[in-house]
Amino acid sequence: MSVHEQFADDLALLALGDLHGDERAALEKHLDTCADCRRELELLRGDMALLALSAEGPRPPQRSRKRLMEAVRQEPRKVAVQHRRTSWMPVPWLAAAALAIVVGFLWIQNQALKRDLATVRQDFASQQADLRRAREIVATITMPEAKVVTVSEMNKPPQPQGKAFYMRDRGSLIFMASNIPMPPIEKMYELWLIPMSGAPIPAGMFKPNLKGGAMVIHPPLPMGVEAKAFAVTVEPEQGSSTPTMPIMMMGEGE
Amino acid sequence: MPVAETQGSTDIALIAGLRSGDESAMAALYDRHSSLVYAVALRVLGDTGKAEDILQDVFLQLWRNPGLFDSSRGNLGAWLAVIARNRAIDLLRKRQPEVDVEDIVVSVQPDFAAAAERSRAMDKVRMALGAMATPQRSALIMAYFQGMTHSEIAERTGEPLGTIKTRIRAALQVLRKACGA
Repeated sequence: MSVHEQFADDLALLALGDLHGDERAALEKHLDTCADCRRELELLRGDMALLALSAEGPRPPQRSRKRLMEAVRQEPRKVAVQHRRTSWMPVPWLAAAALAIVVGFLWIQNQALKRDLATVRQDFASQQADLRRAREIVATITMPEAKVVTVSEMNKPPQPQGKAFYMRDRGSLIFMASNIPMPPIEKMYELWLIPMSGAPIPAGMFKPNLKGGAMVIHPPLPMGVEAKAFAVTVEPEQGSSTPTMPIMMMGEGE
Repeated sequence: MPVAETQGSTDIALIAGLRSGDESAMAALYDRHSSLVYAVALRVLGDTGKAEDILQDVFLQLWRNPGLFDSSRGNLGAWLAVIARNRAIDLLRKRQPEVDVEDIVVSVQPDFAAAAERSRAMDKVRMALGAMATPQRSALIMAYFQGMTHSEIAERTGEPLGTIKTRIRAALQVLRKACGA
């Protein structure tokens, strides 16, 4: 296989999604007619897949599997219905009687379903209202266009800070941080729940966006753990099971 | 297909199961490949919630349209890893996907579905990354996991643009060679 050398570097950038404009157009035009370069692009994507193997980290929380399988169950199936042939052919009067019984049964069932449907509609309307409100709250916090302002003491540069909102009984945690510097290469920040007794519990990895903001939403945590404090440390990207000193940020409950 | 039967099935058989609406095939594929998809998304985004969203999107898309993956054009685990990485970078850079997933063909030697083979490849990748010159490894990590463009990497490192492009390609070739050996 001989890759056209003038396109060699750009092929790698295209595989990474980092080639745009005229350079991309020129390469895509070339790929239409060059099997060797198309093959090289496939191999470069294979190299990318290999690199993905280095991204060792925690397993996804069990709730992700549950969430997926619930979504799968709610998806309409596109499976063709197979009609079975049957050799059983009822005599006409028997069929008519059976049909009458079925129709009567269906009418009764229909009335019950109508009542259930009215109740479900009421519940649905109420849940929709709750959902709209929840979405507005989340959007205000997380949408890119949301303006985030850190209010701090005048004439002093803003300091890294975070706020953890924690519900012990649900094991539910939201952590929002601001003014966080980029971690060193191949490092990330790790949030820790410090219980009243026992070892610190990992509560999610994060790194800041370009504006220094960061969030951890609902990391997998055991339920019912009383938090004495929350802390943030710098850890390898795959995370740690115990905090690496020094502690970058720490705070106790208000 | 009963759950017990799906565990030893090939990815191709499980994809066929998806086509006939078999939920246990979906569960088996998830159990086999979710760790890699989640790990890639988390490494790029650094946010467990967003990584879970990517995980959900990638597998739900496969469920909705198993035909997106053409088994004659690569192995499923590798394909999912590339899709997850691209999605995560798109989210990080807040941009629309530029490549249709059905156009993504991934050619790679180790079969990601076989745990032992994947584990061996993982060791080789780590060794290759460890043996790389630091500037080469850093350029690759910044481009692949941090979603930085070659221009941004050049700006950050103070190196010429051409040098960064060549470093990235050379680093990917080192990985290929290490895992093909």
